[in-house]
Amino acid sequence: MKTDIARIPPPSDDKRWRIIDTTMRRYGYDSHCLIETLHSVQEAFGSLDDQAMHYISATLGVPLSQIYGVATFYHLFTLKPREAHHTCVICVGTSCHIKGGATILSAIEKTFRVKAGQTTADGTLYLQTARCLGSCGLAPVVVLNEETLSKANQNNVIQRIQEIIRHDA
Amino acid sequence: MSRLSQQVVTLKIDGRDVGARSNETILEVAHENDINIPSLCSVEGLSVVGSCRLCLVEVRGTSELVSACSTYVREGMDIVTHSERLSHYRQTILSLFFSERNHLCAVCVSNNHCELQGQAQALGLSHVEVAYRYPQLPVDASHERFVIDHNRCILCTRCVRVCDEIERAHTWDVAGRGVQALVITDLNEPWGSSETCTSCGKCVQVCPTGALFEKGKAVAEMSRRRRFLPYLAKTKEKSS
Amino acid sequence: MMPEELTELAHKEQTDAQQWQHQIHVCTATGCLSAQSDQVYTALTREVRDRGMDKTCRVKGVGCLGLCSAGPLVQVNPAGTLYQHVQVDDVPELVQSLKHSPVERLVCSTDIPFFQQQVKIVLANAGNIDPERIEEYLAVDGYQGLLQAVTEMTPSEVISEVIHSGLRGRGGAGYPTGLKWTTVAKADSHQKYVICNADEGDPGAFMDRNILESDPHCIIEGMAIAGYAVGATQGYIYVRSEYPLAIKRLRNALRRAERLGVIGNNIFESAFRFQIDVRLGAGAFVCGEETALIASIEGRRGNPRPRPPYPAEAGLWGQPTLINNVETLANIPAILRNGGGWFATIGSSQSTGTKVFALTGKVNHGGLIEVPMGMSLRSIVFDIGGGIPNELAFKAMQTGGPSGGCIPETHLDMPTEYETLNQIGSIMGSGGIIIMDETSSMVDVARFYMEFCQDESCGKCVPCRVGTAQLATLLTKIAEGMATPEDLILLEELCDVVKHTSLCGLGQSAPNPVLSTLRFFRHEYLAHIRQ
Repeated sequence: MKTDIARIPPPSDDKRWRIIDTTMRRYGYDSHCLIETLHSVQEAFGSLDDQAMHYISATLGVPLSQIYGVATFYHLFTLKPREAHHTCVICVGTSCHIKGGATILSAIEKTFRVKAGQTTADGTLYLQTARCLGSCGLAPVVVLNEETLSKANQNNVIQRIQEIIRHDA
Repeated sequence: MSRLSQQVVTLKIDGRDVGARSNETILEVAHENDINIPSLCSVEGLSVVGSCRLCLVEVRGTSELVSACSTYVREGMDIVTHSERLSHYRQTILSLFFSERNHLCAVCVSNNHCELQGQAQALGLSHVEVAYRYPQLPVDASHERFVIDHNRCILCTRCVRVCDEIERAHTWDVAGRGVQALVITDLNEPWGSSETCTSCGKCVQVCPTGALFEKGKAVAEMSRRRRFLPYLAKTKEKSS
Repeated sequence: MMPEELTELAHKEQTDAQQWQHQIHVCTATGCLSAQSDQVYTALTREVRDRGMDKTCRVKGVGCLGLCSAGPLVQVNPAGTLYQHVQVDDVPELVQSLKHSPVERLVCSTDIPFFQQQVKIVLANAGNIDPERIEEYLAVDGYQGLLQAVTEMTPSEVISEVIHSGLRGRGGAGYPTGLKWTTVAKADSHQKYVICNADEGDPGAFMDRNILESDPHCIIEGMAIAGYAVGATQGYIYVRSEYPLAIKRLRNALRRAERLGVIGNNIFESAFRFQIDVRLGAGAFVCGEETALIASIEGRRGNPRPRPPYPAEAGLWGQPTLINNVETLANIPAILRNGGGWFATIGSSQSTGTKVFALTGKVNHGGLIEVPMGMSLRSIVFDIGGGIPNELAFKAMQTGGPSGGCIPETHLDMPTEYETLNQIGSIMGSGGIIIMDETSSMVDVARFYMEFCQDESCGKCVPCRVGTAQLATLLTKIAEGMATPEDLILLEELCDVVKHTSLCGLGQSAPNPVLSTLRFFRHEYLAHIRQ
């Protein structure tokens, strides 16, 4: 455990930094806890920005480029916050692929004029693909915000998205 | 990697009997005996990564190929460093390197001083069968003395290792993964504004291609100085 | 804790369980949860309470009941009536029926081969116990295997039992587990580690997730036994972060196990101590490879490194490390309780025991299954799986995910064994089976897996980094009808190079789906080629 070094103050007085610090303290501020710490930042702030990475670098003594390397290696971490009202995740794992996941994806891309990994021009819908959500028995699966649509087809998914968007208006 | 035991062993490389210490790698023993095994990622004095796969050799009695840079010699090993199969594999691996980014020798600062080009000549690579990917990658000339041209980078990570292991700055690392991977400085900032770079230039000296070079060098002018490395590596070992 | 306390607690829980006239088991594993079984659970609990039946009838959230394609599943015990596709609206009728006869329109027959032909060791508790209560695990002889190992056996006796069982690694390659344990046990070091590889990444595979969600204590017990056998005091469970429920249940189970004292210091009043920590992945398939997994636990990029040295010799932080997959460890408590000899009688001579599969795709009965090794592939598809829906013809069975292959109809009479599956160009793999019917294109399947490998390649070595990208480009060209006969030759040549020169298992096995579809469905490729 590194106890002899002075703690670097967090970047701001945002209370969420305490959560990050608790994570690092739990592992004795050891550089091995980098991934756990990044998880913690991502959960608290939604993404990993430069400020957070500088803070972690100084606190754990991990080089900046190494943090950037780790943050961009793992697909779960994002460096930029996503700003969309709704998120639609289409599973394109093997089972869903075999049962028409790709058809649903292309139908949504066409209908809402958006590509996977992007947000619609008006910022209402963020479309994302996932490599297996593990609900293969109920393929194809689509997750709309928090709601899971199992044995989905393009018509009911599109209809549901339109309902949600209309509800906002 | 542990280098505990130091027994003396005898083995065969390409039919020749050679003696070695058991804490030496196949690549090291081959070089001591003037047997050339191609390689792009390994450099004396830096840690071993085994990523370029050019140094793969056959070991009689096993079906799998092993990378000479990362495999320690053992008593009675019978190693084949050159065969039709190996040269086919090495040529294809080189083609993959050439296809990945934009290696246009004729306009490159490292023309005639490039290890990738040298390996291609030595292995008789006459044409590349796979499709060129031609990514459009940036050139960062923000540093006052050096330039990085990602189009020439083969991701051997020599720069990352020398910066971390010898200079101890760890300015470089690899970002992203797979075919999207890039070497970066700090938080993927312009090299010139890096807080950690000491401008020592070791990364430039170890780069095997024209990816890292000194400003002001014209086509074919960029040659490298490397003799400092084994010496610095030894000093580092003693001090740590 | 004292050994007697364990027996006492188990006995108390068994007695308590007998007081219930009815126990309604609601599947709360991820499969059924995505069909809103949590709402069914809440509605059942409320209905039972509102009718004043909560003294005689218990509603219990359990792990996976198996037939995921018919979810949400609810089972009423002790009668054993299984209900399928249960909706919130069905709840009043269902509770009402407890006093009479079952609700016929919802009944799912358990008389079908899907249930009858399975043999459960790993999944014995899945669907029977509440994974969030350690007492229920104790009531089914939980932690008895660990008790026996620690109090009655020497570490080498434990290893002998595992060797005797013939258990082989369930992560895919089938390396003998006892041999792996022996190597780590013999390594000379003060600090050793046990890692449970729960980074299940094959698309279409959810065996490990369901084991963790349904019976987390069996993994903890298996790891502690492994720790005792090899001389390790610290364990890590590396779970993919995409499995929030499995992580939650695992963490809860660890807290309960620590509180009870079955892990921690002086386990069962002995000198043996063992701690377990959970480490999360962050979305990288390659971290299933053991050297990449170790790098990830150490907080680094998940880049594999050349082996040797193997983790058994120099693993986590350079120390001897035992890495076993979830299902492998889940077999250990039963082997200790019943003996290696008992285990070896199940399955076939070279592949003993059972194998858990996630059976999905174009098949009538999909879900999580456990069958004895040696069962024919045909039985898995047509008996357990109940054949192909919509009167379509079977085309191929995909095993081993992106590292495996597609098996055609002509080879379905092969037994499910490590060696036979290798012979026909596939692998046992971790247990994902995807059934394809006549409408599936094999070129498309090969392209799907190659794009997956390209996305998941760490980028360290060239054959995998650039080779998979080149192969994916070629397969797209073929799928779109733009390829020439020369492209097909190049495809096969590149497959050979990537397979034999890549640094780790990901690259070495990435060409397998292409090679196996080329072997059995070459005509489909040829049909796409421009002459």
